[in-house]
Amino acid sequence: MIAAAPIATPAVDLWAIAPIIALVATGVGLVLIRALLRRNQAVTPVCFSVAVVGLLVAAGLLARQWHRVRDDGPIVSLADMVRVDPFAVFLGIVIVAATLAGLLLAYAYLRREDLEAPEYFALLLLSAAGMLMMTTANDLVVVFVALEVLSIPLYVLVAFDRRRLRSQEAGLKYFVLGAFSSAVFLYGIALVYGATGTTSLSGIATFLAGNTLFEQTTLLVGLGLLLVGLGFKVAAVPFHMWTPDVYQGAPTPVTAFMAAATKAAAFAAVLRIVLTAFPQYRDDWRPILWVLAALSMLVGAVAALVQNDVKRTLAYSSIAHAGYILMGVYAASSRGREAALLYLLVYAFMAIGAFAVVMIAAPGPDDAKHSYDDYRGLAVRRPVLGGLLIFFVLAQAGVPLTSGFVGKLELFGSVAQAGETSDYVLLVIGVLSAVIAFAFYLRIAWTLVTAPDDDTAVAAAYSTRPRRVDGWTGIVLAGAAALTLVVGVLPGTFIHFARDAVFF
Amino acid sequence: MTLAALEITSSYYLVLAAMVFTIGAVGVLTRRNVLVMFMCVELMLNAVNLSFVAFARALDDVTGQVIVFFVLVVAAAEVAVGLAIIVAIFRRRRHATADDLRALRG
Amino acid sequence: MTEFYRSYLAVAVLILAAIGMVGFMLGLGRLIRPVRAQEQKYIPYEAGSDPTGTFGQSNVRYYVFALLFVIFDVEAVFIFPWAVNLESLGWFGLVEMTIFVVVLTLGLVYAWRKGVLRWA
Repeated sequence: MIAAAPIATPAVDLWAIAPIIALVATGVGLVLIRALLRRNQAVTPVCFSVAVVGLLVAAGLLARQWHRVRDDGPIVSLADMVRVDPFAVFLGIVIVAATLAGLLLAYAYLRREDLEAPEYFALLLLSAAGMLMMTTANDLVVVFVALEVLSIPLYVLVAFDRRRLRSQEAGLKYFVLGAFSSAVFLYGIALVYGATGTTSLSGIATFLAGNTLFEQTTLLVGLGLLLVGLGFKVAAVPFHMWTPDVYQGAPTPVTAFMAAATKAAAFAAVLRIVLTAFPQYRDDWRPILWVLAALSMLVGAVAALVQNDVKRTLAYSSIAHAGYILMGVYAASSRGREAALLYLLVYAFMAIGAFAVVMIAAPGPDDAKHSYDDYRGLAVRRPVLGGLLIFFVLAQAGVPLTSGFVGKLELFGSVAQAGETSDYVLLVIGVLSAVIAFAFYLRIAWTLVTAPDDDTAVAAAYSTRPRRVDGWTGIVLAGAAALTLVVGVLPGTFIHFARDAVFF
Repeated sequence: MTLAALEITSSYYLVLAAMVFTIGAVGVLTRRNVLVMFMCVELMLNAVNLSFVAFARALDDVTGQVIVFFVLVVAAAEVAVGLAIIVAIFRRRRHATADDLRALRG
Repeated sequence: MTEFYRSYLAVAVLILAAIGMVGFMLGLGRLIRPVRAQEQKYIPYEAGSDPTGTFGQSNVRYYVFALLFVIFDVEAVFIFPWAVNLESLGWFGLVEMTIFVVVLTLGLVYAWRKGVLRWA
């Protein structure tokens, strides 16, 4: 027998994927620790500490990568499938910060809801690893695998509250629609692959720049399906149906994590796919994004107006926020990209802060009572907690001196800069949506400062012993509030940070 | 018509895949039984696999066939998690239709 | 019609064809099937016998075995091509496959320690 010829294997730059390895290794390690310390009382604290350390290691590695890729240019590795550039590292930092928040919030929450299981930490880290993969993906297949690696643990996390039917049904709903959207996305990959003969994002761009397609249908349908699949993940209207139910049903720390991190990861894929692979087809995907952005902003804001549940309202508002960010993608300029990145950063902290307060403030043991009546007078009874929620919702509304204002200003500016009629129409829709959104944010704030109408409600509100804010939640709240305020007052540093991060 | 004209080309497979995908997608959106919805998602994924293989053949490129491996494995992981969630719900509710999931209407 | 819009004509035709196909299939079914509303039609089909209302016969435990089997069975799909090209892939392939199998084994260890592999 002739000696087999060696097959060319790709060069592996471990440095490029070090943060992902750190998260995966920690996640897998947690599963092992969990298996070995099965009956040990200390297993939850041990797993929690390991998870925090793993996340901090990943954050440190990302910080090192940031300086290297900013100064020396992007690292491309693993047969051109992974591309670590400032864009990826920026969103990676947002994701790791959001994961840390999801982790810290969960520690007291899981104990309180009698759900203590270290599996939560492992699932959270594995999902975060998928998100980091998504930010660095330079190949549609990697995007798909990352999408699944981030989604599958999320399905379980959403259904994690095994005593609350609502949580399990939310998990099932998210699962069915998530699997459906993945299949649609995958069909998009298949059609794009069929039209161009490659799945590499830069390869697609090179092919499209060098060749004129004999027939465009396959490619255009493929591109459309890719956008539909990602539309589900970013919760853009008309692919938003799952969002309110899932955000409401999921355990609140998971909701906070999803709102902040999943959005960042999914937008990473949207930005990369349309801008890296299909710059030639700008005129084809921009109208689609225009419609998605306009619908998301309007439907999200109007639907939030008529909700009776604070968690649901925040879910609908996250749809509107996805619409704002889509404006930045639609702008298709480096200014738009910068604005979208900045908004993903500031929205992550506003959402985490708001959901953290919701997690503490809901009366009753089951994380189920989030109606406006349950929140009435919160700011009177607990001024700090109520004040923080008011601050976070006003920031989401875009009140000056908060990060939300800076973020919205940048996004609107990026659309205005393009300067065509359709851009101005979108801008008007955006402003209209922001005005409508202001109404329901004010409604939340108003509910918090007014006392309940009748005496029984007052008695009910006061009879439940107020829940203490534990240390970890305190850290998350303080961090989110500080960042929201600092970006609002001194936006310069952060705008520069986002500006450095626009490079693919 | 000569026999050569009847040769099965890869476009036949692509059309078949598109049809199967559509049937699966419609099934997910119109059926009410969660398990059937679930099978319809599998139908969609397998339709995609078929088109990947057909494209790989047409382009004479092995990438498409490799992707099918990844899709298979990912689908299996997805199935396991999905079924586990369904079983967890059924242990409490004993019903298998999406309409019964009343807690999350609207 | 400009060239730009013409390229979308095919997309529109495709969408119409898809809608048409679905409408045809569902519509044909509606047309040719007799509609006789009966109470019994709305109860789940369980192999001809009346449903007892519970999943009494099959133990939930079997699901766990089935799920574990599906996962580990399908993962083998990566091992076959590696095994066929064992020599050509050399050390690189061996290291990769070791990592892969170790992670899978950890999953098995977890399942074992959780006690789901115990039959009785």
